[in-house]
Amino acid sequence: MSVTAPASPPIRHRAVESQPVTLHSAIASEWVKFRSLRSGAFMLAGAAIGMVAIGMIVGWNTRKISPSLDPEDIVASAVLQGYYLGQLLLGSLGVLFVSAEYSTGMIRSTMAAVPRRIPVLLAKFVVFVTATSITILPSCVIAFVAGQGIISRTRTSYSLGDPGVLRLVLGTGFYLVCIGVIGASCGWLVRNTPGALVTYFAIILVLPGIFGNVLGNWGKDIAQYFPSEAGRSFVSGLHLPYTLSTWAGFTVLIAWVVIGLAASAFSLRQRDI
Amino acid sequence: MVIEAQHVTKRYADKVAVDDLSFIVRPGLVTGFLGPNGAGKSTTMRMILGLDAPTKGTITVNGRAFSEHARPLQEVGALLEARGVHPGRSARNHLLAMAATAGIGAARVDEVIDMVGLSDVATKRVGAFSLGMGQRLGIASALIADPDVLILDEPVNGLDPDGVRWIRNLLRGFADEGRTVFLSSHLMSEMALTADHVIVIGRGRLLRDQSMADFIASAGASVVRVRSPEAGRLADILRPHATMIDIVDEGTFELEGLTSDDIGIAAAAAQITLFELATQAGSLEEAYMVLTEQAVDFRTHNTSGWEQQ
Repeated sequence: MSVTAPASPPIRHRAVESQPVTLHSAIASEWVKFRSLRSGAFMLAGAAIGMVAIGMIVGWNTRKISPSLDPEDIVASAVLQGYYLGQLLLGSLGVLFVSAEYSTGMIRSTMAAVPRRIPVLLAKFVVFVTATSITILPSCVIAFVAGQGIISRTRTSYSLGDPGVLRLVLGTGFYLVCIGVIGASCGWLVRNTPGALVTYFAIILVLPGIFGNVLGNWGKDIAQYFPSEAGRSFVSGLHLPYTLSTWAGFTVLIAWVVIGLAASAFSLRQRDI
Repeated sequence: MVIEAQHVTKRYADKVAVDDLSFIVRPGLVTGFLGPNGAGKSTTMRMILGLDAPTKGTITVNGRAFSEHARPLQEVGALLEARGVHPGRSARNHLLAMAATAGIGAARVDEVIDMVGLSDVATKRVGAFSLGMGQRLGIASALIADPDVLILDEPVNGLDPDGVRWIRNLLRGFADEGRTVFLSSHLMSEMALTADHVIVIGRGRLLRDQSMADFIASAGASVVRVRSPEAGRLADILRPHATMIDIVDEGTFELEGLTSDDIGIAAAAAQITLFELATQAGSLEEAYMVLTEQAVDFRTHNTSGWEQQ
């Protein structure tokens, strides 16, 4: 603490030179972590392949219009229904990417290496968004083109150039990436894996179901603001009553992502590791 | 001063883990950190690394909070008792991820893997590692940026004798280069061999902060063992000057309060033959037990809830 140090320690040759911790080096570290666990690759591949496979199955099943088909199975977004599986897998991946750090104790090593903490949160965000975007966005496009390709042989189909279609296709991919980030925020806030998974599924599936189906109209008013319902406004080509308009839904989903990240950052700074 | 704790208190919801603790860990020494289970050692180490924030007080490393250092891994290499590794990752990938935060590449990672003797299993999943291999990985992780300060919680836990000796030499070498080593262990014999200075805590409070030699000496006046054919007569002569005399058997007694020189002179003056005159050096374990027992007595008369190893 004193300005005049009594005697400087002998200068020694350091075996390796360290660089200061930056967001860039934190991202490099998180990327090593992400790619070195098999579960991440499996879940991403499962979501991407599921998207395409379900798109093709839906295309085959709806190649002929019949009275038994739901309206949802006929609109342009019908072949993108793989997103139901995708949101389970990507949300769980987001949860685990964070909560596994806590459940294994890795978080102590992580935060001893990046003690300012927030760069870790940002780095995980960047790595997760990048890895999921480059797999899920193309898989949505492929699912759409493949599913509509099957339909086009028997009836009129949609193409990517049709009005609003590109928004649906890319919107689905965007929705899945966002929902994964919300999963990661559940991981930051709840920390333990089972608790974080339960929280995630409660927000995505259970609570909107309860508010939307059980509690009458005032429940439906609330349900439309949950992330999955807000996402439906731009993921589905079918606009139902009690669904927000496209841009309102988009804004609400972004708000969930931003508030989730802000709460995570606050929690990460305030609480002990 | 390298690590400095000033009036640090850490309160959890239902208990005080660390209570107004102040100490300094100096460079060039191996400082041992002793205390019974639950005394607050691990909490203190976590606070040094900024993982837990003190409720009151400050802890600094080289004059600043650990989190304010630009190159944290180069500042402090740490091995905490609870494992900090994802079991699904290989040892090499774990170290690569740690190293990446400091811009350190694969060459250094392979070097520390080799240093701790994990080359054969470096690409295996850590979940399959034995306790000793896990410790070696933790030590490799602490050494990755060749840090100025090493903080090791129970480093020899699960290590084989070769590993124990390797760690001892490593720490000695570290301190001799002017670096700082702060180490906790329950193995008193090992600690006595390695540490130059001890900080002892009990129930979150500082009990001792002194050199190893002084601490051992503080266990009480050293005992001198005397064997003589005229033990009874010699004991009678010395009794007024000694603080304690314990007759072991007919020809042997032990006493405190006089040095072996005093006894030798007294015996010569009385023309008493001595067969044996030996100062019984105290041990670290003895000093530690005496101290922590006092600490227990001081706070509670019920020792059953006090875990000791």
